[in-house]
Amino acid sequence: MLGALVNLNHTGHYLHWGFIQISVANIVVILLMVVVFVAAVAIPFRTGGRHR
Amino acid sequence: MSDTITNRFADGDAPSEDPVDDARPAPGDEKMWTARLRGAGVRALPPSKLLPDRQPSYVASWVYIFGILSFASFIVILLSGVVLIVRGPSWWHESQVGLFFNSIHLWSVELFFFFMVLHLWGKFFMAAWRGKRALTWMTGAVTFAISIGAAFTGYLSQQNFDSQWISTQAKDGLNSVGIGALFNVLNFGQMLLWHVLLLPVFVGALIGIHLLLVRRRGVVRPLPVRTGRHARTARARTPAAPPSSEGVDR
Repeated sequence: MLGALVNLNHTGHYLHWGFIQISVANIVVILLMVVVFVAAVAIPFRTGGRHR
Repeated sequence: MSDTITNRFADGDAPSEDPVDDARPAPGDEKMWTARLRGAGVRALPPSKLLPDRQPSYVASWVYIFGILSFASFIVILLSGVVLIVRGPSWWHESQVGLFFNSIHLWSVELFFFFMVLHLWGKFFMAAWRGKRALTWMTGAVTFAISIGAAFTGYLSQQNFDSQWISTQAKDGLNSVGIGALFNVLNFGQMLLWHVLLLPVFVGALIGIHLLLVRRRGVVRPLPVRTGRHARTARARTPAAPPSSEGVDR
């Protein structure tokens, strides 16, 4: 029922910056990737001691 | 005919219990193409390399989790795509279960690209092509490029106004680079076949080769620390240590 919480039944929103145009959905995904990448670098990886 | 065929195991020469040892040809059979091909396969990817029990410590990284999550997403894409193929467009547009599988297919593609991009970023900053791993890097990069085509033809195969809009917009771009006659985005049958057959086969084959190359070459070592505060600290701790190439792959 996520569709009821976030209404996606409309035309997309766009950001404009000079000649650059990007949809809000795409910039959200890109920013999310950056956040996950930084978290992956910063957060230690638990190994369980099974590596050489 | 039976006089010319000899059974190598007839005199109690039973096959070895060890599968690697068993891969060796019988005396006199060394030049047979089957023996040579089998030998080359076992030398390139012995079972211990193909499925190792332990990995180097630097394999404990989120970068490889992102890689395997991409692969897991690809499996979900394939399975949900097979269901969509079986039931057809009217089912995936009109029934609730069809819409659900359509969404599974879409969101697994989203996750596939999400994790593949993270894997690519990580491997780029690790310079993962070091140590004769160029082919591993290239198969990954080409997989990424072909996956974009697979996703694009997927948009064209939706059978709705979105796919009509995307195809009419894309045709001008593709015509401008001269491939419109070969790859006609207004030809639904052609786009559907590229999407459900050719491109998945290419992507699947490249992923398979990529994974086998990772097993064959191993995972790239971390980049050496040479300059800056960390290097000075390391030299201070081990003043008598001889120069070593340990951990450096070029």
